Amino acid sequence: MSTEQLLKTPLHALHIELGARMVPFAGYDMPVQYPLGVMKEHQHTRDQAGLFDVSHMGQIRLTGANAAKALETLVPVDIIDLPVGMQRYAMFTNETGGILDDLMVANLGNDELFLVVNAACKDQDLAHLRKHIGDQCTIEPLFEERALLALQGPAAVTVLARLAPEVAKMTFMQFARVKLLGVDCFVSRSGYTGEDGFEISVPAASAEALARALLAEPEVAAIGLGARDSLRLEAGLCLYGHDMNTETTPIEASLLWAISKPRRADGARAGGFPGAQNVFAQQQGGVSRKRVGLLPQERTPVREGAEIVNEAGEIIGSVCSGGFGPTLGGPLAMGYLDSAYIALETPVWAIVRGKKVPLLVSKMPFVPQRYYRG
Amino acid sequence: MSELRFTEDHEWLRTEADGSVTVGITAFAQNALGDVVFVQLPELQSYDKGAEAATVESVKAASGVYMPLDGEVLEVNPALDSSPELVNEDPLGEGWFFRFQPKDASAVAKLLDQDAYDRLIKANADA
Repeated sequence: MSTEQLLKTPLHALHIELGARMVPFAGYDMPVQYPLGVMKEHQHTRDQAGLFDVSHMGQIRLTGANAAKALETLVPVDIIDLPVGMQRYAMFTNETGGILDDLMVANLGNDELFLVVNAACKDQDLAHLRKHIGDQCTIEPLFEERALLALQGPAAVTVLARLAPEVAKMTFMQFARVKLLGVDCFVSRSGYTGEDGFEISVPAASAEALARALLAEPEVAAIGLGARDSLRLEAGLCLYGHDMNTETTPIEASLLWAISKPRRADGARAGGFPGAQNVFAQQQGGVSRKRVGLLPQERTPVREGAEIVNEAGEIIGSVCSGGFGPTLGGPLAMGYLDSAYIALETPVWAIVRGKKVPLLVSKMPFVPQRYYRG
Repeated sequence: MSELRFTEDHEWLRTEADGSVTVGITAFAQNALGDVVFVQLPELQSYDKGAEAATVESVKAASGVYMPLDGEVLEVNPALDSSPELVNEDPLGEGWFFRFQPKDASAVAKLLDQDAYDRLIKANADA
């Protein structure tokens, strides 16, 4: 795809001005790193605060008295009892329980739900919503209309509270309408780095002014997609299309925690989402493979796609995400392994350039999450 | 110490007093790669020109370092095991990769000189 065909976020010109190295990502021309570089950007986010442009992600509003009930038919998550001012992690499943996309759902109140979906999936997600629940609620894509910024790191709250003091009272996964620089924004206390921080939905026309105001604060640096990936990997967070896809169920992806209690086999509103039978059967009977954390025992990074073998050299899985963790100070990975090998500390080997690199099955997150829970 | 020569794969070569040749990657290459976190260095053995002798891993990706000429690797830079960031900090000095004995010493002079390499970089930038 040539650069001319790539889409641009409302912050594109700012990225160029800041000296970003741009790469194609999900059809957008996006900053992979700024002059600071991935390592320092990563560490800056863990130490202070990083500003990420995630405007390529899809924002969708659902409106109507039946919106929550309708959305529940597509996700294994409790939406009906999602409190006003709260956000929840969810995933769209297909008829076999495979994951079509993962998303965030927030309850704005007044029968309004606000969704954030992955950039690469947003058109198909919109079509999926329209096809299945289009007759039950109003579905409004905000793709062009709104930008999305993430302010992440231990200083994020101090910085954002300078613009809106009330955000300091929010706790992890709370969601609020907040005026920033006089503009109506949606703010959630959440993110994709394992750090405390906020995600800010802002009208596209006001995005650059807000980004510039945040970058003017001494704690804040612009952070690219490179560090976003190493931060989320250290936090043990899944990347759609890599760590899960239509061939993996929430059980295989080790996302059982995200299936709300009322939607489970013994819950008050059991099932009722696509592929529920298969998901419940897997939950009870077990799965043949599962996503686990993997820690290379040498300095060699182990990348996505690398085969994983047992001591006898038999293939028992593969790496779905892998790289180097700047905070961890070494390589780290996630992979799908035959269930016989998923116990913590099980020794397995990745094949990297024809050589066996020893790995240990490891707990996740690799770096402790530091969400603010009040 | 002779002047540097370069390959189109962004490696530099310097012929030492004993006729052996030291190899590293250029400032342009390290900048394009980003933060280097691991270098898999070659074995002390002969490689054919173009063989992937070493691998340099940045935060994001793995890239091959190719043998610039037929020859035998005599020594690798042991500092890169514990300090791969030297490739970023001092690519033409402390960040060298390996030293080899070329099969044909005269072949080194036929590689790109500084002017030709600078033109290559400029052409890349303009492309």
